[in-house]
Amino acid sequence: MKGSWKKSLPWLHALLAVLLIAAFFGFAGWQLQHRWQWSRLLDYRSKFAFGFSMTVVISFFSLILSLLIGILAAMGKRSEILFLRYFATAYIELIRGTPLLVQTIFFFYFIGTAYRLNNRYIMGILILSVFSGAYVSEIIRSGLESIPSAQLETARSLCFTKQQTYRYIVIPQVSRIVLPPLTGQFASLIKDSSILSLIAVNEFTKNVQEVDSITFTSFENYILLAAGYLVLTLPISLITRHLERKMSYAN
Amino acid sequence: MQIKIEGLTKKFGTMAALDNLNLELEDISSLAVIGPSGGGKTTLLRILAGLEIPDAGTVIMNGKAIDFSSEQSLMAHRRRIAMVFQAYNLFPHLTAFDNITLPLIKTRGVSHEEAKSRAETLLRQLGLAEHMNHSPTQLSGGQKQRVAIARALSLQPEILLFDEPTSALDPEITAEILDVINALRNEGRNIILVTHEIGFARHACSHVAFVSEGQVATHGESETLYTDSDSDEFRRFISRIIGWKV
Repeated sequence: MKGSWKKSLPWLHALLAVLLIAAFFGFAGWQLQHRWQWSRLLDYRSKFAFGFSMTVVISFFSLILSLLIGILAAMGKRSEILFLRYFATAYIELIRGTPLLVQTIFFFYFIGTAYRLNNRYIMGILILSVFSGAYVSEIIRSGLESIPSAQLETARSLCFTKQQTYRYIVIPQVSRIVLPPLTGQFASLIKDSSILSLIAVNEFTKNVQEVDSITFTSFENYILLAAGYLVLTLPISLITRHLERKMSYAN
Repeated sequence: MQIKIEGLTKKFGTMAALDNLNLELEDISSLAVIGPSGGGKTTLLRILAGLEIPDAGTVIMNGKAIDFSSEQSLMAHRRRIAMVFQAYNLFPHLTAFDNITLPLIKTRGVSHEEAKSRAETLLRQLGLAEHMNHSPTQLSGGQKQRVAIARALSLQPEILLFDEPTSALDPEITAEILDVINALRNEGRNIILVTHEIGFARHACSHVAFVSEGQVATHGESETLYTDSDSDEFRRFISRIIGWKV
């Protein structure tokens, strides 16, 4: 059977992949002759835990707020009122066209100072939500556009009002379509929250950086940091894949 | 049913889909609209369905003029008719059963029990009893179209409109759907049908209108029209199609 080895014994293939990755990093570690000092991190575990949970909290509130902003922006972009459409377009293009790093500094030091918004946690959540909201709105917009116009017409012909069409026909379908990309966006949001360390929000990255400035064990610290984010994003990635598969079966 | 159309005109950009179309029919049971693609048949049907607003002209159906002036008045007209589309247009997130009951409950104010009984009766009549809880993706083209017909019938419309209901189906399934439509006609329902099936138009509909270049080129009782029509265009159209038939 030609080619059967390509798919047989999946666990062996998995092991091979893991070994390859381990070898890649192992070689780097061996080259550097690094003396690992994992035990030193133990002293700071409560600090890590605090930062980690702060990242979870910030991401959670940003998710909700960015959903709200995203829905409003998507509605604005489809609005019949020209002003709203221009406003939503400008927002989406400005945010998507500039780096989060620049936005963070600009909003915090320029806008935040000018409007006297001093609470860096609230500002952090606002900055992340405004950033993520632009991407969420594009996800929702493409979801709305994926509903064929024939369905809207059929709803019209069956005498559904506009509100009923949205409630019973459009939203049930769009929410299913946008769920996989939205969970993916949430994973990005969690990782992007690390940039808030820049404005001294006391989240995971900031705490790890602080520990690093005491212990000087950068490799250990940043490996821990990466692992911490993976703990949050890997399950989301699995859920996303599961949802995508469910969606493709439904179609 | 009675249909009276006067001076109906609809332009898309500079192209006139309907160009001063007139048609007057009294006391007919079923009308087939046939003609070449791009001739205006579908536009005509969509205006009759209250889905398209003409640029000029009037339409009277069973003594009542369609009021095109607002979405509200069009909605009132749409309550009198039910449309079956070429691509079935079932809602993909609903089961066959819910595709029928949702519009009944939400737009006609029919009770849940009544909607349920109508849906069950119709689905059974159309041989879909075991597919009631299937979603459209689990149904074949012919089954989907039968669900769409059941949905239209459940609304108990004054007039049923069919927009090329068999164009997306293979020949065997086409025959099956045409049988269903024929049965409806035999029950005495008012039917207006846009179709490419000129044989069906001739044998199953009492009247045929030949629409070409935005006008009714000829029309009449289907028994006589095919042999007696003096429209050259109609005869050319028929002979071109028949030329390829076995």
